[in-house]
Amino acid sequence: MKKRNISKNVKDNIITYGIVIVAYIVIQILISAGSLSSLMQGLLVPLCVYVILAVSLNLTVGILGELSLGHAGFMCVGAFTGAFFSRCMENVITIDLIRFILALIIGAVCAGVIGFLIGMPVLRLRGDYLAIVTLAFGEIIKNIVNVLYIGKDSRGFHFSMKDSISLGLETDGDVIINGAQGITGTPKDSNFTIGVILILITLFIVLNLIHSRDGRAIMSIRDNLIAAESIGINITKYKLMAFSISAALAGVAGVLYSHNLNSLMATPKNFGYNMSIMILVFVVLGGIGNIRGSIIAAVVLTLLPELLRGLSNYRMLIYAIVLIVMMLFNWSPKLIELRKRFSVKCLIGRSKEVQ
Amino acid sequence: MAALLEVKNLGISFGGLRAVDDFEISIKKGQLYGLIGPNGAGKTTVFNLLTGVYKPDEGIITLDGENITGLKTIEINKAGIARTFQNIRLFKDLSVLDNVKVGLHNHYHYSTFEGILRLPKYYKMEKAMNEKAMELLKVFELDGEADFLAANLPYGKQRKLEIARALATEPKLLLLDEPAAGMNPNETMELMDTIRFVRDNFDMTILLIEHDMKLVSGICEELTVLNFGRILAQGQTSKVLNDPQVITAYLGE
Repeated sequence: MKKRNISKNVKDNIITYGIVIVAYIVIQILISAGSLSSLMQGLLVPLCVYVILAVSLNLTVGILGELSLGHAGFMCVGAFTGAFFSRCMENVITIDLIRFILALIIGAVCAGVIGFLIGMPVLRLRGDYLAIVTLAFGEIIKNIVNVLYIGKDSRGFHFSMKDSISLGLETDGDVIINGAQGITGTPKDSNFTIGVILILITLFIVLNLIHSRDGRAIMSIRDNLIAAESIGINITKYKLMAFSISAALAGVAGVLYSHNLNSLMATPKNFGYNMSIMILVFVVLGGIGNIRGSIIAAVVLTLLPELLRGLSNYRMLIYAIVLIVMMLFNWSPKLIELRKRFSVKCLIGRSKEVQ
Repeated sequence: MAALLEVKNLGISFGGLRAVDDFEISIKKGQLYGLIGPNGAGKTTVFNLLTGVYKPDEGIITLDGENITGLKTIEINKAGIARTFQNIRLFKDLSVLDNVKVGLHNHYHYSTFEGILRLPKYYKMEKAMNEKAMELLKVFELDGEADFLAANLPYGKQRKLEIARALATEPKLLLLDEPAAGMNPNETMELMDTIRFVRDNFDMTILLIEHDMKLVSGICEELTVLNFGRILAQGQTSKVLNDPQVITAYLGE
C-alpha cells in the first residue's frame, strides 16, 4: 500500500518530465530537418518562459489555493535584475553560461525576496481581495520599473527616478536602465535548450516540493485552514514559502525572457495584468493543481494563435472557441465522467475482461 | 494525583453576550470526561477557548502544570492539545495517508532543501512517517483506504480519520467535538469502542462534547453540564444524570 502510493507519484512525475524531454527531442529533429519556420523557432524561448510561469503560478493557485494576479510583476523583477546584472558584467565575466547562471540566481532571489515582502502583508487576505491586491502590486512593480534610471560610469552607479540626464553621468557613462526605454543590449544568452533545462529544473523543484513534508503542509492549508492550524501547521510560514518560491520561479522565467530580447521594456503587454491573466488562463485551463496540465495548456495556447495565422480574421474567433472547448473538457462534470469511461486505462481493463 | 487539565474561572463575552462564564474543570490523566448541555450552551466555545481559537477574557488554563492561557492555536497544539471538529474538517484533496502525515508534521523534521533535492534524510524521514501513519491507520481500520482521497471516505470513517489525525500530533489531551454526530446506532457503538481503545492504548486523556446520551453514559466517567454558559452540574456521570436540575434543563422528564 505504502509502496504503491509513493511509486504512483514517482511514475506521474516521470511521465511529466518525459513529455517535456520528448517534446524537446521532436522539436530539435524538426529544426535540424529544416521543417520549422523561423517564426516558430523564434517562439520556442517564449514558449519555455510561459511554461515556467504557468507551472510556478500553479504552485500559488493550485497548491496553496490562493488567487494571485500579480505574477507578471515578479517576472518583471526577475527580467530586469537578471538583465541588469548581465549588462553590468558583460565585460567582466566573459563566459556566457556562467554569467547567465549567475543572472538566473540573482533574478530568482530578487523576485523571491520581493514576493516575500509583498506576501507578508498581502497573504492575510483571501480569495478575491487577495487577487485584487496582487493585481495592484503587479502593476506597481511594472510602473516603478518604467521610471527607473540607473547608469554606470567610472565613479560607480548612479540612480534616479526622474530622467537619464539627472543621473549626471560622465561623458563615457553608460545608461543601463533607461526608464520607459528599458534595458537595451542585453547579451542574448538564452536559447531553447537552456529554456527546456530550466523547465525541467522548475518541474523538479515544484513536484518535489509538493510531495514533501512542506508540500503537504501547504496543501493542508489549502484544504482546511482551521484544521491545519489545529494540528500545529504554521500557516504564515507555509503560505509565505509557497508564495515566495512561486515568485522566485517567475523570476527565473523573467531572466530567460529578458536574455532572449535585445531591448527589454516594461510594457503593459509583457509585464502588465494582461500577462498575469494569461498565465492564470494557462493554469485554470490546464487544471488547477495539475502541473502537467499547466504545461500542455501553456504550449497549446501559445502556439495556437501562431498556427492559425493563416486564417487571419478568424484567428481570435477560433482561439476563443478552443478556450471554451478546453474549459468544458476539463471542468464539465458530464465530460469528466465520459473521459473516465473512455480513458486508456479503462479500455485496457475492459479488453482484459473480454479476454 | 495532579490534574492534567486545570481550568479556573474561564470566561468570554461576545459583545453583550456572556458566552461562557466562570467555567471550571479539572481532568485527571487518563480520564474520559464528558461536556454536555443544550444547544447554544457554550460547549464548542469552551473547546475554542481551550485550543486558542478564542482568547479568554479572564481565567487560567493549565495543561500538565504549564500555563497555556492565551497562547496561539499552534502553540497550544505543540503543548499537547489536539481536537476534532463538530463539522468534519479533513484535508479533502489529500489522501488518507497524507492526512495523518500532516498530523505528524511537527514530529518528523527535514528541511525544505532536503525535501526538494531528495537527500537521504528525506527518504529516511518519509519512511518513518509512512510507518507511523500506517500504524495509526491500522488502529482505526483505515489502512485499506490509505490511498483514497479523504473526501471519498464514508462518513463514519471520516470521523475516525479526524481522530487519527489528531492523535498523530501526539497530544496529551484529546478534545472530541460531537464525535457521534450523524452516526447510526451501530456506528456509535463502534465509536465507543474506538474511544475506549484510544484511551487505553494511547494512554490518552479525552474530553468530549456529545448529545448522544447512550454514548455519554456509556463511556464518560465524569461530566460537566453547561447551560447558558454556566456550569449547571459537575461530577460523576451517574450522579449528574440523576440531578433534577439537569433533567429539567437538558434531558427532559
